[in-house]
Amino acid sequence: MTESLAITKFSDLANPTRFLALAARILPWLSALTTLLFAVGLYLAFSTEGDYQQGDTVRIMYVHVPAAWLSMMCYSVMALSAIGTLVWRHPLADVSHKAAAPLGAAFTLIALVTGSLWGKPMWGTWWVWDARLTSVFVLFLMYLGIIALNRAMDDPSRAARVSAVLILVGFVNIPIIKFSVDWWNTLHQPASVIRLGGPTIDGEFLRPLLVMAVAFTLLFFTLHIMAIRNEIWRRRVSTQRRMAARLAGREG
Amino acid sequence: MGHAFYVYTSYGISGFVTLALVLWTVIDGRARRRELAELEASGLRRRSAAPMAETPRS
Amino acid sequence: MTALLLRDLKLSIRAGGGALIGVLFFMTVVAVIPFGVGPDLNLLSRIGPAIVWIGALLAALLGLDRLFQTEREDGSLDLLLMQEHPLVLVVLVKCLAHWLANVLPLVIASPLLGLFMNMDEVAIGAVMLTLLVGSPALTFIGAVGAAVAVTLPRGGLLVSILVLPLCVPVLIFGVSASYAAVEDPAPFLPPFLILTAITMFFAVLGPVGAALALRNAGD
Repeated sequence: MTESLAITKFSDLANPTRFLALAARILPWLSALTTLLFAVGLYLAFSTEGDYQQGDTVRIMYVHVPAAWLSMMCYSVMALSAIGTLVWRHPLADVSHKAAAPLGAAFTLIALVTGSLWGKPMWGTWWVWDARLTSVFVLFLMYLGIIALNRAMDDPSRAARVSAVLILVGFVNIPIIKFSVDWWNTLHQPASVIRLGGPTIDGEFLRPLLVMAVAFTLLFFTLHIMAIRNEIWRRRVSTQRRMAARLAGREG
Repeated sequence: MGHAFYVYTSYGISGFVTLALVLWTVIDGRARRRELAELEASGLRRRSAAPMAETPRS
Repeated sequence: MTALLLRDLKLSIRAGGGALIGVLFFMTVVAVIPFGVGPDLNLLSRIGPAIVWIGALLAALLGLDRLFQTEREDGSLDLLLMQEHPLVLVVLVKCLAHWLANVLPLVIASPLLGLFMNMDEVAIGAVMLTLLVGSPALTFIGAVGAAVAVTLPRGGLLVSILVLPLCVPVLIFGVSASYAAVEDPAPFLPPFLILTAITMFFAVLGPVGAALALRNAGD
């Protein structure tokens, strides 16, 4: 059986060696595509005209919205991996949600900071305690809590299983974030891109926004694959060190 | 302060965080790869990698 | 199951008076607030319900890390895991015992603190009622945190960090229901019913999550 045929089967990804081979093959393409999309997206973001109402600040949207979208998608990826950990005892799933947590925290931080910088000229304040902002802030705290829990435990597989439970319980926050703008009538504007009846946003702003969203998503997947690879290597190093120590102890 | 200040600050911070994330991931990967190479050089190999012909240095 | 409930109740009342310490902590937190915001009675009566709720939330988290830790230390946790009773039920009973021994005293003490905060009778009653309905949710959420951190030697602080973000909805609806009882235009019933729904939701999710974490935290 040739390598490329085997890789097409998703279940074979369970084998870390196969995953490493696949990662080595697609990572250059993925990172090149990400860079290209970022270049196009940034060019579009600064060449389009400003909104007549919001002026130049509408350009903040092109980083704020993709980062906020990723902060939720990253948690969903982690929740899926957590199911993989608990139900199928999938060895890569453990690694996957551990590697995704810092990425999610970073994207949530970007969304919060850019949102705050957008809010100052538009709403006249850096921060309001409305439903959307508060729930995203809670999401940020949950990412940090999961990272802290992962760091507090020595045994990696037990840490993975226990934090998987926490991730799944914390998943109740995601629908709250998604629908907070619809359920509560607050300052933050409701969704304008993905909704029934088509986007309410002008095509002029939609184009750079979509390019940037795809670029951010690809960036997430590139970094996620790299982080998973690092984690696999880290575990191999520690296993081999332990083996070496045992051998040395036996023969020494 | 004009609006440009807010725009460039937010782009700057996002760029900084993203770059830090990318650099951290890449540097971490390099370090792990170096450790693996060192272990490989010292004669240890993964059990599945080769027939057990190696003579581990003790 | 009744035997387990009684045993847990007896233990928590006897062992060092955990309930009393919780109530003392609650009173201290609430008593510190006027020093921070000044002794303005009008302001205090306005923020009173929120302060009492936050104090109760913090005090309820205080004893949570001991929920499964003592069992783990003396080995009875393994017995609970091996029993023929479903673990989810065992966790539910343990949560109930913890709530009765540690959180119910807080609810009973809350009217007294309401008087300190210059709240009127309706507000005191509303806070007590919402605490009575909402605080089980805090215990159920906390059980997940306690189960997750059960193997950690110093898990107490981590439990609070993990649990507090999840407690936010309970706090929001508890406080808004208490305010709705005092301020006329806002209806009391909708936030109160949502609070009840949250408690029932976590009464299912909490024990299931905690049981899952306990099974996986073992070796």
